[in-house]
Amino acid sequence: MTVTEEAPLSPAGNPMGFGRMIRKEDARFLRGQGNYVDDVNLPGMLHGAILRSPYAHARIVSIDTSAAEAHPKVKAVITGKILETLKLAWMPTLSYDVQSVLCTDKVRFQGQEVAFVVAEDRYSARDALELIEVEYEPLPTVFDARHALDADAPIIRDDLDGRTDNKIYDWEAGDKAKCDEVFANAEVVVKQSMIYPRVHPAPLETCGSVASMDKVTGQLTVWTTTQAPHAHRTLYALVAGLPEHKIRIISPDIGGGFGNKVGIYPGYVCAVVGSILTGKPVKWMEDRSENLMSTSFARDYHMTGEIAATKDGKMLGLRVDVLADHGAFNGVAQPTKYPAGFFHLFTGSYDYPVAHCNVRAVYTNKAPGGVAYACSFRITEAAFLVERMVDCLAFELKMDPAELRMKNLLRPEQFPYTTPTGWEYDSGDYPRALKEAMRIAGYDELRREQAEKRAAGETMGIGISFFTEGVGAGPRKHMDILGLGMADGCELRIHPTGKAQLRISVQSQGQGHETTFAQIVSHELGIPPEDIEVIHGDTDNTPFGLGTYGSRSTPVSGAAAAVVARRIKDKAKIIAAAALECSVDDLEWEHGRWFVKGDHDKGQTIQESAFAAHGTLELPEGVEGHLDASVVYDPPNLTYPFGAYIAVVDVDMGTGHVKVRRFIAVDDCGPRINPMIVEGQVHGGLADGVGMALMEVMAFDENGNHLGGSFMDYLLPTSMECPSWELGETVTPSPHHPIGAKGVGESATVGSPAAIVNAVLDALQIRHAEMPLTPAVVWRAIQGNPLDRPDLAIE
Amino acid sequence: MQVPAPFEYERATSVDHALALLERHGPEARVIAGGHSLLPMMKLRLARPEMLIDINDLSDLDYIKIDSGEIAVGAMTRHVSILDSALLAEHYSIFREAEKVIADPIVRNRGTIGGSFCQADPSEDLSAVGAALRATMVIRSSSGTRTVAARDFHDGPYQTLVGPAEMLVEIRFPIRPGSGSAYEKVERRAGDWAIAAAGTFVRLDGDTVADCGIGLTAVGVEHFACGAAEDFLRGKQATADNIAAAGQICHDAADPQADQRGPVDYKRHLARELVTRALTRSAARARGEKV
Repeated sequence: MTVTEEAPLSPAGNPMGFGRMIRKEDARFLRGQGNYVDDVNLPGMLHGAILRSPYAHARIVSIDTSAAEAHPKVKAVITGKILETLKLAWMPTLSYDVQSVLCTDKVRFQGQEVAFVVAEDRYSARDALELIEVEYEPLPTVFDARHALDADAPIIRDDLDGRTDNKIYDWEAGDKAKCDEVFANAEVVVKQSMIYPRVHPAPLETCGSVASMDKVTGQLTVWTTTQAPHAHRTLYALVAGLPEHKIRIISPDIGGGFGNKVGIYPGYVCAVVGSILTGKPVKWMEDRSENLMSTSFARDYHMTGEIAATKDGKMLGLRVDVLADHGAFNGVAQPTKYPAGFFHLFTGSYDYPVAHCNVRAVYTNKAPGGVAYACSFRITEAAFLVERMVDCLAFELKMDPAELRMKNLLRPEQFPYTTPTGWEYDSGDYPRALKEAMRIAGYDELRREQAEKRAAGETMGIGISFFTEGVGAGPRKHMDILGLGMADGCELRIHPTGKAQLRISVQSQGQGHETTFAQIVSHELGIPPEDIEVIHGDTDNTPFGLGTYGSRSTPVSGAAAAVVARRIKDKAKIIAAAALECSVDDLEWEHGRWFVKGDHDKGQTIQESAFAAHGTLELPEGVEGHLDASVVYDPPNLTYPFGAYIAVVDVDMGTGHVKVRRFIAVDDCGPRINPMIVEGQVHGGLADGVGMALMEVMAFDENGNHLGGSFMDYLLPTSMECPSWELGETVTPSPHHPIGAKGVGESATVGSPAAIVNAVLDALQIRHAEMPLTPAVVWRAIQGNPLDRPDLAIE
Repeated sequence: MQVPAPFEYERATSVDHALALLERHGPEARVIAGGHSLLPMMKLRLARPEMLIDINDLSDLDYIKIDSGEIAVGAMTRHVSILDSALLAEHYSIFREAEKVIADPIVRNRGTIGGSFCQADPSEDLSAVGAALRATMVIRSSSGTRTVAARDFHDGPYQTLVGPAEMLVEIRFPIRPGSGSAYEKVERRAGDWAIAAAGTFVRLDGDTVADCGIGLTAVGVEHFACGAAEDFLRGKQATADNIAAAGQICHDAADPQADQRGPVDYKRHLARELVTRALTRSAARARGEKV
């Protein structure tokens, strides 16, 4: 069966393979029967709460916990001093830095963890925090990355030997000399600085865990909000020195992750220590403010791009200089070799002969993190940069931005294409996708309408963005996190009655894996998806793998599922041949069944093969019984989904208010396993884009105070800000993925912000303004008096 | 989960019961109605009442009716009832326009008009509506009832003239035949507090402004009103120029705080822009135009 054929329906009415079907998960979610970490309640369980620093930078003079310990319901008060005795006051980050678990010397950002109270209930734990007396000696702060390297900037990481400044790294990619030469001789050079502000993934479920240490068996079980349960298990073993075979990580239903739930937070470690010290299970669930103020943020990239081109708009080169704000600890989660993630995919979808980027990362007195919020390891930043730069070039050349893009997009015959910074794009037909988006939008008609409106004094804008993603990290030889290669295991068991269990290493946070992975197996084997149970989120019951982020589930684990199903199919063929008393070479496959060539009626369904495999059928020499298989999939390359987005906005010039009127999104993620789920993911990502373009920002005042510590201050978009999305698709399969699929989870978040920003600036006929384009920012841009730092407190 | 500091709780069965509870528990007691302002503040531990007196059972304070030639709205009337009220809509467009942009349906289903006024948030929408329409606030205590003009009701941010053993029970709006009203608000996102908002009414005599009211919120004008602009406009023709000049007076009167919603110059601009728009639409409605 090819991917374009419509799958036959199962007895339950589901596609026997790819196609729309209601998510299997919905039965429990819609009934309110999900099981999240906060739903885990164990006998005798205690509750933890964290005391956090009110200062962005301050030395701790003293901590007095006596009053809290005297609280009748408090069982333990843990400080950095106690953790030091267990060698747990500091823990490694995912980027070979260390991070404070509970502070021993000084706090380095507002909201940093200072003490942990364990009490009989969460109210008492929270009340007891107020009984802890901490004396702080405030220190000067650095919260603006551009001043982090000033000579008089306070040194944030004086815990690290020999630190004399706040620099984390300088890193570059591309050929600087060649690039500089092209720029020196170019007819046109356009330069633009821009900030991708600090934003937050803000999953609906905050982070937390329930840790239970069984003192008799030495078994540690942790129910926790993680996108990567197996990686967490190994990290607990490395961090806490616990034997890995005695650690079980259970990631139950997860209420959104977006990269926020990749790393290990101090609260998780405190819950484990609390359980060890009290001998009881300890639950710690952060509240919304804690989530926004202390857990993995995203972006905070200060970028300056330069584009070299001919006068008629042929792009010749792109160079970028980035100042990256990593906060107080370098806690980014990304493949080791790439300190700036995949940012050097910044040439995007265009045929740039040369390119170069330099990324300089610094410490500031802000929370650690940086790689989150559906960013595909910084491709969100890269896509925004290049798509803004292309529009800046169009602005200067007075060219239509669609025409300029069409002129410079990579052509289908250039694939596989190697970028100037060394990425090999697997497949693509970019002009086709852009044409399709323009067709759906009615692009020419929109431009006519815009001209008429301008003549009548009204203001509308049309913005385009074309993105290329690199997802599915990644090939083991190139990609690891803390030394763990990014391959994923998968196991498939076909039970005697033909029902199947698929055990996967990746972790759904809402992506619908239980549905789509069953569909992959169904596509390969012809077993109805309702007969396939997908098991995930429990390290004792699933094979090792690095989890779900960077849109890697379908490209890596989905490939593993297809490959393991093919192994089952191959084995079923041997069994069918034995049962039918023919040679395997005489058998031919049709969906769900092996049959004898030339005698269609003589065959064996996969279910019959399963029973026979578990029965008494005599099997050929060396063939074991049962119908199980396992695989570890090492992706040969990333997959490169892409898309063309067009936003149409109306701007009220009197108030600066932006209304997104239409949004057209054409995505090419290869074949769609479940188009409904793909569309849902695209819808969510587009809403994210509206949020980032128009309202989301974590701002700080001059003392490093966080100005977005609740949803009253950190704004997420609602349905009122979102138009009815208009989706389209093209299908360009990945040549190296078993089913050609490319992954789509982050595409819309990567691609949409630039389209909206470009549309607003097109409306205003201004070259650049900073995100988020709140009414105030837009109005100031109209006045020619831009608020150039919306990420700082507005004066 | 954000958890508040410890507090006691009692459910009032009547206004008299609520007042008796307030008297007994003193200034650390707080009345709770819809709770959509108080509870978030308690969860953040910014508010720490020792006693909550729940008045959600006082359905006798949930009404919108004509009484002695005025519109009387009970303090427990929910936002959604104000939004849906045909009676209010018949007399003033401002209510529906304001309510449509107050928070979201979940909040509007619970939040009350009395709670909105008593919370006295400097960005509260209904405070601007009350100021624009020159409402009268009816306050009860165990010793009787007193009234206070809406424009005297607030005593600074989060402060009102309602005493510790008193309750706001009713808000009364004058009826003004021949008038038109409107509400204009700019927000960063649906449900956010206003960056700025303006509510106005205009009553015309021919094309002359016989009376008008201008309410503003979130821009730091005293008592949510701009009397100087009203005085300027009263007796003048309702022309675009005069309306724009009234808007300019509001711009000059505004004294907003800069914050993440916007800088001072922008908020003052909005005071002018939104008052101008609201007055223009109010005047058109007063002329009987469908706008």
